[in-house]
Amino acid sequence: MASEISERPARSERPALAGTADNGLKIVVVGGFGVGKTTMVRSVSEIRPLNTEETMTKAGEAVDDLDGVRTKTATTVAFDFGRITLDAHNVLYLFGAPGQERFWFLWDRLFAGTLGAVVLVDTRRLADSWYAIDRLEHHGTPFVVACNDFGGPPHTEAQVREALDLPPEVPLIRCDARSRASSKTVLITLVEHLARLQKAPELTP
Amino acid sequence: MSRPGRDDSPDRLYTLTGGRSRSGSDAFDLVTLVVTESDPVPGMQSEHVAILRMCRFPTAVVEIAAELGLPVTVVRILLTDLHDTGRVSARHPRSAHRLPDPDILEQVLVGLRNL
Ligand SMILES: Nc1nc2c(ncn2[C@@H]2O[C@H](COP(=O)(O)OP(=O)(O)OP(=O)(O)O)[C@@H](O)[C@H]2O)c(=O)[nH]1
Ligand SMILES: [Mg+2]
Repeated sequence: MASEISERPARSERPALAGTADNGLKIVVVGGFGVGKTTMVRSVSEIRPLNTEETMTKAGEAVDDLDGVRTKTATTVAFDFGRITLDAHNVLYLFGAPGQERFWFLWDRLFAGTLGAVVLVDTRRLADSWYAIDRLEHHGTPFVVACNDFGGPPHTEAQVREALDLPPEVPLIRCDARSRASSKTVLITLVEHLARLQKAPELTP
Repeated sequence: MSRPGRDDSPDRLYTLTGGRSRSGSDAFDLVTLVVTESDPVPGMQSEHVAILRMCRFPTAVVEIAAELGLPVTVVRILLTDLHDTGRVSARHPRSAHRLPDPDILEQVLVGLRNL
């Protein structure tokens, strides 16, 4: 318990942002079960990944009022996140989001205005990411695909591209989500892709 | 320590927010940074007190939700209460709902490369 007198509650795991911080940014890491989403968030985050949830009804509608939360049809979707302080003003939040179907009902509500997404892929289970890629294209969210190496048989880039039906302009890279440097490279690849899209908006999905 | 929100029944969540709808709370994005503008006062609901303590430094909506162990929807409603009464201010993301401007992207790149 935080004591009444202490100036700040004990939150050593989550250092406070600078008072000047005024612009939150979002990047979403999306992928199938156990593909390394939380691992990637942890690799680059300045805080231990935290977990939270959003409420929706079984009908797939985000709950609009507390009557909705109160009814038995309400269900929750959990996601985790980490944080990267970029400079005195900008703070990047990195979200690890499950790619399963019900999650996408909440996409607009949670991730409207997201800079872009990393689709994390296990090359042994490529089909797991089809749905996520479909939905991102549908929402017009720019993304890169990062293949996490779990030691399956090696695939060529062309094989992966074909299996995922990836347009040539979408970056495809290998990564190791456990490595900070590798995860950082994935994020930089995404942001460079965004910068390219900005100069050539007709490439936007 | 178990997360307090995890086992909350919907009835408790309803009580927390007085059964009000989340009108206006859509303004709070997941990454809107919330800053406390006035100290808690005696008699204030404990969740409001917790938020006012937490947000002495800018704190994102999603961090508040994680720390309180409450769904984002509920936290948005609690924040709307505090915002309507001037107890917190909100620093909304500059690039929500549209492509970020090139300057922001450049700042993100510089920040990431410096990690
Ligand atoms: N070999 C290898 N293992 C990895 C890599 N990334 C993650 N793992 C391992 O894969 C397991 C699952 O990783 P998580 O980060 O929990 O995956 P997740 O996508 O968050 O899983 P869920 O949230 O349960 O869907 C862990 O044991 C990680 O250590 C990687 O790049 N290579
Ligand atoms: Mg996970």
